Order: sequence, then C-alpha cells, then structure tokens
Amino acid sequence: MDLRDTPDEARFRDELRGWIATNLPAEKRGGRGGAQRFEDPFVREWSRKLYEAGYAGLTWPREYGGAGAPYSFQAILYEELAAAQAAPHVGVIGLSMAGPTIIAHGTEEQKARYLRPILAADEIWCQGFSEPDAGSDLAAVRTRAERHGDVYVVNGQKVWSSFAHIAERCILVTQSDPDAPRYRNLTYLLVDMHAPGVEVRPLRQITGEAEFNEIFFSDVEVPVENRLDEEGNGWQVAMTTLLHERATLGFALTATLDAAFGRLLEEARDREVDPRVREELAREWIELQALRYTNYRALGTYERTGVPGPEGSGVKLRWSEANQRLTKLARELRGPEGILDDGWWNHQQLRSRGNTIEAGTSEVLRNIIAERVLGLPRSR
Amino acid sequence: MDLALSDDQLELKQQARVWLADRFPLDRDWEAHNDRWSELAELGWFDVAEAGLGFVEEALLLEELGYACYPGPYIATVGFALPWLSAEQRARVAAGEERWSVDVNGLVPWLGAVDFVVSDGGTAYPARGETVASVDPSRPFGRLDKADGEPLAGNRNLPRARTASAAEALGVAQRALDLGIEHAKTRLQFEKAIGTYQAVSHPLAQTYTDVELARSLVYWAAWCVAEKDERAPLAAAAAMAFATEAAVAACERSIQVHGGIGFTWEHPLHRFYKRALWLEGFGSRPAELRLEIANALLE
Repeated sequence: MDLRDTPDEARFRDELRGWIATNLPAEKRGGRGGAQRFEDPFVREWSRKLYEAGYAGLTWPREYGGAGAPYSFQAILYEELAAAQAAPHVGVIGLSMAGPTIIAHGTEEQKARYLRPILAADEIWCQGFSEPDAGSDLAAVRTRAERHGDVYVVNGQKVWSSFAHIAERCILVTQSDPDAPRYRNLTYLLVDMHAPGVEVRPLRQITGEAEFNEIFFSDVEVPVENRLDEEGNGWQVAMTTLLHERATLGFALTATLDAAFGRLLEEARDREVDPRVREELAREWIELQALRYTNYRALGTYERTGVPGPEGSGVKLRWSEANQRLTKLARELRGPEGILDDGWWNHQQLRSRGNTIEAGTSEVLRNIIAERVLGLPRSR
Repeated sequence: MDLALSDDQLELKQQARVWLADRFPLDRDWEAHNDRWSELAELGWFDVAEAGLGFVEEALLLEELGYACYPGPYIATVGFALPWLSAEQRARVAAGEERWSVDVNGLVPWLGAVDFVVSDGGTAYPARGETVASVDPSRPFGRLDKADGEPLAGNRNLPRARTASAAEALGVAQRALDLGIEHAKTRLQFEKAIGTYQAVSHPLAQTYTDVELARSLVYWAAWCVAEKDERAPLAAAAAMAFATEAAVAACERSIQVHGGIGFTWEHPLHRFYKRALWLEGFGSRPAELRLEIANALLE
C-alpha cells in the first residue's frame, strides 16, 4: 500500500503532462463529450498524435504495438487527460474491447491485420452486441450467422452501437446454431462495416443528437477467416470483451466525473452557495474520492491476477448514479438560470440518464453483485 | 500508486478476525463486559509500533473490533487518547495498566471504566464523574468532574481519531452485511431462499457497494494519517462521514432483510445497530463533516 507514484510512474506522469501541455490547444479543451467526439475532425487527429507519442494501447504487449506498461500507467493516462480536459482516443472500443479480445482469442493473421490500425486510429471499431430483444440478456441474440462454404451469411439487427456511423469494423455477436444449448450457440465475428448489406441508421436520443446507431445486416457475407475463436464459442469470447471493458473502465469513468466535479466547483466558487447545496457538494466530493480509491484498490488486484476483483464491481453502478446527481446539483446551483440550456450542464443532465442503462443496467449490475459477489441464489 | 492491502496486512486482519470471533462470538453473554484487556496487551494491540506497524494496521484492528462488536474502551484509549500521551504513559497503556478516554462536547465515553481522561485541550484528569446512558449500552458516557488535572505531553490528532471511528464503523457495516447475506441465503419463504427475490437481494447489493466505498475511504484516510499526508484532515472527515452513515444504513437494511427476528432483543443485530448509531453521533456528525469539507473545497 503506497499511494505515491513509483519513480517510473512519476516519470511517466511528468512526461505525459508536458506532452499534453505542448500538443493540446487551449480551444480543444473542455469538450462536453457525447456526439462531439464524432463531429470534430480534431478528435481523430488527436488520437493519431496519442498513438505517435506512444500513449495508445499502453497495456497491450509490445509485440502488438503496445507499450507493455502496467495498468497503473493506463490509470495515469486517464487521470491526466481528464485533468487537462482533453478528449480520449477516439478508438475506445478498439482499444479497450476489440483489441484485447483479438489479442486473447485471435489467430496470428488476425492480430497482424487488425491491431495496429486500432492504435493508430486508422480503423474505428463499433460493438454489435445489444439487439432490440436482447439487451441485458446477451445469450438471446437473434442476429443469424449461417455458414455457406467459406463465408457466414449474416442477417439481423443490432442497436445502441456507438461509433457505428464512423466505424470501419464491428465486433459482432451472432446466433450460429438455433438448436444448440444456451451459451453454446453464439459465434463472434469481426465484420467490415463497408461490406455490402450493412446499413447504419443513427438513433436520435433524448439529447437530440445521435451518438448511437442501429445496424442492419442483410445477407452480409463475412469470410470464415474473420471468425474469432471457434464456432459456438461466442459467449466465452464476448465475456473476454466485457471483462476488458470493466478492467480499466472505473478509472475512465472516475476521470470524467472528476472533470465534471471540477467544473461544478468552479461555478460554485463564483456564487453564494446555501448550506444545503454546500453539504451536497461535499457529499459528491466524498463519493468521487471513494470511487477513486476503490479503483486504486482494484488496480492492485488486477495487476496481481489479470482479472478484475470484486472491489470494482460496484464502481460503474455508483458512478452512474453520482453522475446523475451531479447534473441535478449543477442545476440547483445555477438557481433560476438552471432552467436555461447553457450548452453543457443541460446536455449532461439528459445524457446522464443513459448512464444507468448503458454497459449493464443498474438492475443487472445489482443482480451480478448479489449472485457472483455476495453468493446469493440466482433470481432466474 | 497502490491502495491494496499487503499480504502481511491481510494476515494481521485475518488473525484478528479469528481471535475476536473466538472470544466474542455472536452467542456470547452480551451483558457480561469482560473485555479481555490483558490479553489484548499480550497481543501487542496497544502498542503496534513495537512490532514495527503503524496506523494503517491499527485501523485494520479497529475494523475487526467493529466487526466483532468488541465491548472495551480500545478505541478511546488507542484511537482517541494515545497521541496526547507521554512515552511513560504509553508504556503503561502498552502493558495494559492504564485505560484512557477523551472528553468531547462534555461527554466522556466509558468514564466509569477508564483511569484517565484527556480534556481541555491537553489536560489529564483522573476519571471521576457521573455516568449517563448512551444509544449503545456497551458504551456509556460520563460527565467529567475536573479535579487534579495534569498537563499532557502530546498533541491532538483529530484526523487520526476520526479515521479510528470510520474504521470501526466499516467493520460494523461489513458484519451487518454478512448477517444479512447469511439470512437471505438460509431463510425460506414461498419455498425459496428469500435472497432469490430482488427486493431482498438488491438492498444487500447496495450495502455491498457502500461497504466497498467506505473501505476505500478508510484505507485512504489511514494511509494519509500514517504518512502525515497533507490530505489527512479532508480524507479523515470524508471517511468518517461516509463510513458511519454507511454503517447505520447497513444495519437498517439488514434488520429489514431479517424481518421479525431482526427486530428482537434476542438477535444480535441491534447491538451492531446501536454501535453504528453511537459512531455516527460521537464527535462530529456526518452533516457537520460535510460542511467542513465544503468550506475547504470552496475556499
């Protein structure tokens, strides 16, 4: 237990801070997230710069273009990017989900083909998991992959896919054998989003913008060599993807909450704040610290075992609720002006409603904690 | 950059858990207040520095004392009073010869069971005065008769005292959660374990996240106190506000999960609930701590 940076970590943090100060223009700081990250061409340029400086895929093995660094370096990257109010790398799904899954389950050819373009932001990936009738219940996906010789023919629909409208590739979970038992019926494919039969329709959300998409697959031919792992092993592969999503997610989430809290605090300093709102500000600051240090505890376990420990299983759940409360508090703080669309908090208020739904609804996360962490009997 | 417990720290915690479970089981005689003070002295719990350990380890012991609902004035002596004491006084504490408490807002925990009391910003008084009942019957208070005071050699360490309360509250919260889980697994209604129902399991999942977040704050604060980090005052205030409230909420949810049996005198849950209420109310209450933090943030 030592909260200080090791000499290596301190050196990395110093260099990174200096690099951000030199390379990130002031007017590109403080973006509000959401759809902005797709529309501004600077975001892809910035991602490429991160790659060229060696900050993309920090924890990936060196042989695949990564830095082979410990997870603490990835945590420092999230912290420092958030502190500078800088955009993260645009290839977030490739970096934290597709890439690690390909490293774990891919053939050497697949690794050679797909990994480097993820790091360089040359190829953006999207995730084809959720469907209209398979949200929390991933094993119930119906998008069909039928083997015809050297190809799978894919038909079906995916939904809530962020980045799909700008993505080159998709990690796609398909139903390959309707007669096979649950969890043995899925196949995991790497799909070219420009292939004939792939159609992307933006899904306009309550913020008014379209951050997510529906993807329609009509007789899309996916070469068999684009299958990840064996036919019927899609469930296990998908679990690898979700495990990696969770591993450093806590740091990324806490970093965004930290940045938003900093913004709220700045606004609070310019105003008379009544004691009730002051107390709520402190409550949110405490929750933020609790999340931060829970990540630090989880990091130790993850570095030792390579598997996220139970410590972090509540972080996404608590973060999503904290982020929602923060936007309400901001509106309260702004008093009568809280009713105005200020271009930032109003967007956060609406966007944060998705936080308790995306990447595992709060209800599913509580089930997971109850069953897998507390050992309570299954509710289904 | 790491806040995970070391193998040695985990082992210390485990040994304390086992030792306390043996001496202070749930089916103990709760009205008998044998606090096994001399045995704690033999274990070295009154002077962890002697074993090369520091405040993080003391916090782990306090967590386990909370988990066991330990009856004696350990937290008053080691958690609250120790920083005020001279080397000679500490040696007598280490040997189990002296028990101490502190006067906070005119209330002295365990006045009738300790030897000396720290009051008036650094004066030691012999423990004399009238006793008053508290929310936790195992932790009565007293009002100090101030006579024969002697100046103390040491100093106040408020972050340390607050972190001690937070650590004990963490242990109470964990025990309330564990009791709730056990009951939800074994109690059958409508032919199923009640933990099958999400209306029962989800409040326990909520308590679990409270406990893990409280643990992170307590270990953070303990590390800051041990390392004399400049963030210690804020970290300790945060840990105390969060962990004591979490302990109260954990007990309340656990009582609800237990149903009727959780409302009986016979079941030990109310002992933990009363301990949690005591910790939440002693010294600084959560709302005060939050205002203190807000003032620092908005400075």
